[in-house]
Amino acid sequence: MLAALLVMAVGALVLGAALGYASVRFKVEGDPLVEKIDAILPQTQCGQCGYPGCKPYAQAVAKGEADINQCPPGGEEGIRKLADLLGREFKPLSAEHGVEKPKSVAVIDENLCIGCTLCIQACPVDAIVGAAKQMHTVVSAQCTGCELCLPPCPVDCIVMQPVGEDVENWKWKYPVFTLHRRAG
Amino acid sequence: MTSYLFVLLGAVLVNNVVLVRILGLCPFMGVSKKLETAVGMGAATTFVLTLACGTSYVIDHWLLLPYDLEYLRTLSFIVTIAAIVQLTELVIQKTSPVLHQVLGIYLPLITTNCAVLGVPLLNVGLRHGFVESLLFGFGSALGFTLVLVLFAGVRERLEGADVPVPFRGTAIAMVTAGLMSLAFMGFAGLDKYK
Amino acid sequence: MLQKLFRFHGGVKPAYHKEPSIREPIGAVPMPGELVIPLHQSIGGPPHPLVKAGERVLKGQPIGAPDGNVSSSVHASTSGRVKAVEMRLAPHSSGLAALSVVLEPDGLDEWIERRPVPWRDLPSSGVRDALRDAGVVGLGGAVFPSHLKVNPGKDGKLDTLVINGAECEPFITCDDAQMRERGERIVRGAAILGDLTRAERILIGIEDNKPEAVAAMERYAAAVGDPRIRIVAVPTRYPAGGAKQLIRVLTGIEVPHGQRSTDYGVQCFNTGTSLAVFEALELGQPLISRIVTVAGNVARPRNYEVPFGTPMRHVIDLCGALPDTDRVIMGGPMMGYLMPADTVPVVKATNCILVGSARLFPPPPPEMPCIRCGECAKACPADLQPFELYWFAKAKIFGKAQEYKLFDCIECGCCAYVCPSRIPLVDYYRFAKSEIWAREREKSAADEARERYEFRLHREEREKQEKAAKLAAKAAATREKLAAAKEGDAAPAPGAPSAEEAKKALIAAALEKAKAQKAAVGTPANTDHLTPDQQAQVAEIEARRAHLKEVAQSVRPKDDE
Repeated sequence: MLAALLVMAVGALVLGAALGYASVRFKVEGDPLVEKIDAILPQTQCGQCGYPGCKPYAQAVAKGEADINQCPPGGEEGIRKLADLLGREFKPLSAEHGVEKPKSVAVIDENLCIGCTLCIQACPVDAIVGAAKQMHTVVSAQCTGCELCLPPCPVDCIVMQPVGEDVENWKWKYPVFTLHRRAG
Repeated sequence: MTSYLFVLLGAVLVNNVVLVRILGLCPFMGVSKKLETAVGMGAATTFVLTLACGTSYVIDHWLLLPYDLEYLRTLSFIVTIAAIVQLTELVIQKTSPVLHQVLGIYLPLITTNCAVLGVPLLNVGLRHGFVESLLFGFGSALGFTLVLVLFAGVRERLEGADVPVPFRGTAIAMVTAGLMSLAFMGFAGLDKYK
Repeated sequence: MLQKLFRFHGGVKPAYHKEPSIREPIGAVPMPGELVIPLHQSIGGPPHPLVKAGERVLKGQPIGAPDGNVSSSVHASTSGRVKAVEMRLAPHSSGLAALSVVLEPDGLDEWIERRPVPWRDLPSSGVRDALRDAGVVGLGGAVFPSHLKVNPGKDGKLDTLVINGAECEPFITCDDAQMRERGERIVRGAAILGDLTRAERILIGIEDNKPEAVAAMERYAAAVGDPRIRIVAVPTRYPAGGAKQLIRVLTGIEVPHGQRSTDYGVQCFNTGTSLAVFEALELGQPLISRIVTVAGNVARPRNYEVPFGTPMRHVIDLCGALPDTDRVIMGGPMMGYLMPADTVPVVKATNCILVGSARLFPPPPPEMPCIRCGECAKACPADLQPFELYWFAKAKIFGKAQEYKLFDCIECGCCAYVCPSRIPLVDYYRFAKSEIWAREREKSAADEARERYEFRLHREEREKQEKAAKLAAKAAATREKLAAAKEGDAAPAPGAPSAEEAKKALIAAALEKAKAQKAAVGTPANTDHLTPDQQAQVAEIEARRAHLKEVAQSVRPKDDE
């Protein structure tokens, strides 16, 4: 009986010491996983996920604090990619964080703009140009459509305009065949 | 020498740990969705299983048998395996964080992978020597990896297939696993040339 | 000496239907009442419009400036008045509109001053600019800007320059007609291209189902007498006219995935492009028209020289479309694109206007499941596995499709042609390719946004630090001044202003300074030297702004409080 206890105790001690050494030896610094998650996110920095930007959300997902379905701009496609990367099941976009909208850009009605610069301060990607008491305008190529400039505007002169299809970004449709009922 | 070869080949093909002995089905169904993860899981299991076979032989012959403690066999094996798995996890987390994240819960679960406990116990039952134990463990793990990778390849293709709705997901995977098991039964014929 | 020829993998032999349209010589098209010239006619960035509505333009005057180097100019096809620069239905399968210059011809067809380019004396970058500004692009159908291809590659010279006169697609005979009638210019253009790319030999490859063209080109080549040029008849097999396929047949070189033919000392141009290069450099004429085959469901199929911007309808009417016509295809039956309407203009990519009907091209029978027979892989001239590409494109697993080298697919249609299950394979590939492109666009947009966001964070942090540093420095300076004032005051006159008063004086000085600064800033510097016109505009805007402010204040009076 004593021998049994002794054997198990010694075994536990040896293994514990080995594991303790290994945990120091193979300590992980930084988290490369965050970068991979961040690369999938659409970088609108819109905060709809409940975190102050895409990177913090990526960190939260990597830590397991946030779910993968909290990013409306990324849409289903983004959730699928995250699920794929993290080996989780796909789940539909969580309704409390918003809905997937077609990509749009902010447009400032230049007749209404009073030049208050509030939207410039709100834009996370510096896509609005202008100066105090001067008219502002949105560089639409750089606008991510995050809508963060809408609430600060005191005269509500910013509207979101969906980006339409043109010859450059048009996509071939999935081949579909209509089945016709044979006459008779 | 040939007997060693037979131990190895027999463990990989004839008595395949997954498809013939039906051990280790949990990771077999769980981490076979992608080829990459399957290879990672196979490598991790191979490492753990070979090491577990070696250490369990040492423990069995140097500790348990001399002191007549055979009744502690399962307990002490499990403790050793758990420690080795922990070690593996630390190493993988350091070397490949993505694989670590992807294997997720299945990595610590190698501890409870019945193949990993089953093979050392089989070693004792079959009265294998030290080298035979190692070879048997390594061979079983190779067989596990082989089947896992093959199965992952099939499942990757299945993703694009037009599977009837009720069969999508695990159902069609089970059917596939059954067909693979049937195919592996063909290796039983190798016995004749022993 | 006989040229040793090679074989490319796969290919098919469809019915050619070429004879009807080649019976008559190249015809001229009467000027239509309106030309719609789309600005984006080549691969690369869309050109910027150079003209405004109401302006008069001359034939050959640039109307679109290239957007960067990967782009190409666009020119007016005739003289006339610009009616509008607006969105018009584009010759594109999407049925969407594209920015176009609408031109009303004045019937004078008056050229701009044409001056030959002294290309022999120019550095190679100068020649490339000249070609770009002449709007020369690949006329085989891909419309890749030619100036980007006119370089000798890494080694500084080419082994072989291939001029592609194979023209393998059914119905199309525009290159054939051009070689018969204008072969001399093609040969001279080929010699120029040979000089520019420093090619050791120039092979003009022509499919052997065009014996007249081969004979004519041999005559012209003998007349020009360039020893590098050789005319080679290649076996007729679709798609022998694909650049990589023709290079394979003529030189035996297979260009591997992800590499350029110039890495192997070979470059390839279409015969039409060769002619355009000659006209651009030797005659100073920009590319404003091309030979277009009108074939299919028409009474009199023929080749025409068509100015860009001419409505397809206008050309089809010359040939007499049959009454059961129901569609217009740009290009041939294998690789062509269905047009949204017959009113779309002829552009640089239009090698053929194929008029179709249900009788000529019966609706495809229903698609059956893929049985993995492998016929498509046998027919694929790019050595791909079309059934695998189809499997992944259909399931929308695009990553895998790319692993199977989807982007090496030239969309020649051989796989769909031989498919016993009649699967429209090319449709699936086009779908998958455009989805992948869209994803890549999104990815690069996200990367740019990330960079900008990170820079903004960095900038905010820096500004904060700078502000803090400034404040700290100011505080230190004030303290020092105060201390100095105290010491200075204490020694000479005991009754002098106390420390508190010194502080007050400092504050007053600061206020004064701030006031002066404010006054200086009062008028922004950019409104200093304005023309009366601009000043009037500024005044008008200020008035409008004042009015709006009033309105805003009257509407929301509480917000100001």
